[in-house]
Amino acid sequence: METTKKSEKELLLEFEEKINGEQKIEPLDWMPEEYRQHLIRQISQHAHSEVIGMQPEGNWITRAPSLKSKKVLLAKIQDEGGHGLYLYSAAETLGVTRDQFIQWLHEGKSKYASVFNYAALTWADMGAIGWLVDGAAITNQVSLQRTSYGPYSRAMVRICKEESFHQRQGYKIMQNMMEGTKDQQEMAQDALNRWWWPALMMFGPHDGDSPRTNLAMKWKIKRETNDQLREKFINKTIPQAELIGLKVPDSNLELLTDGTYKHSDINWDEFWQVVNGNGPCNQQRLAHHIKVHNDGAWVRESAMLTSLIEE
Amino acid sequence: MSTTDTQGELWEVFIQSKAGQPFKHAGAIHAYDREMAIENARDTYTRRGEGTGLWVVKSKHIVSVQPNEEGYFFDPANDKVYRHPTFYDMPEGVKNM
Repeated sequence: METTKKSEKELLLEFEEKINGEQKIEPLDWMPEEYRQHLIRQISQHAHSEVIGMQPEGNWITRAPSLKSKKVLLAKIQDEGGHGLYLYSAAETLGVTRDQFIQWLHEGKSKYASVFNYAALTWADMGAIGWLVDGAAITNQVSLQRTSYGPYSRAMVRICKEESFHQRQGYKIMQNMMEGTKDQQEMAQDALNRWWWPALMMFGPHDGDSPRTNLAMKWKIKRETNDQLREKFINKTIPQAELIGLKVPDSNLELLTDGTYKHSDINWDEFWQVVNGNGPCNQQRLAHHIKVHNDGAWVRESAMLTSLIEE
Repeated sequence: MSTTDTQGELWEVFIQSKAGQPFKHAGAIHAYDREMAIENARDTYTRRGEGTGLWVVKSKHIVSVQPNEEGYFFDPANDKVYRHPTFYDMPEGVKNM
């Protein structure tokens, strides 16, 4: 049997044919190095975001207002940890270990979603985070279910099934507060005021300022651009706010005849400040992750030894 | 920071959604031993009753075919159309076949 070695050019052609034919790329398939690097960056950043995202909500477990809300919050946060694990396992199929991903996070070489660098100040923030932050994440993740990389796509399908509970539990918290006392209503409105813009920032820079978008779209890693996804989120979320009597903090909102909204632009200075490490909680979030990781080192080391003995 | 990887080995997880169904690959987890592997698989992949059965196996023990290195691996199936029932023309009127 004769095996002929294919040239790089032929391999790229086959790869792009597969992508154009909506076939998934699997871990052992040939892929361009740029495709692999883009996925490594995007999936690990996504995984880190799930795990760091447990911190602002973890802050409220012991202060949840009822046993029921505590149980719901715990289940939600456990899901986020699980999502991080699905994503690390998808990212590891690209030939990088989880240990390495965590090291890159600790060294600041790998980022996570900036939105988690804002503080969760009140119980209403648990509502706003579930409704808006998870809501924005779902908008992105529903689109990513069709990403061209098989393991990433399958992780997204699994995550999307679980995320709608997250968004609903958040919206329910907001609804309950809006049906409560005047203080509770004000607290809910205050949470929306603080989380609205950070949620919109989650979609990233404008398409024109996002240099990697073209390649990511061409190779179908991303299926919709940052701006397309952001508009989708805005258009479906504003009516949800109005339904329970909340006011979106944007004085330029205008409902257009096609059912979409005209709105103000994001404060991009703030966006870049937070991305570049100067948000309210950047240092705290990372320091906490490093501390817990280091505190647990002896557990991992002794478990490693035990597993060697078992073999 | 230590340079040794202490995250435990990688295990692949397979879930059977209902009795009688085939086991399907779900993803992977890290664990240090069999017991932890099966428990981590449960906590990670079956939080909503997705499974009635679970398999875990160390990733390094899985044998697989690399598509481009073994281009001809699946070729033996290509010229054996007679393995498919549609290969055979049946006389009109034949029943229960």
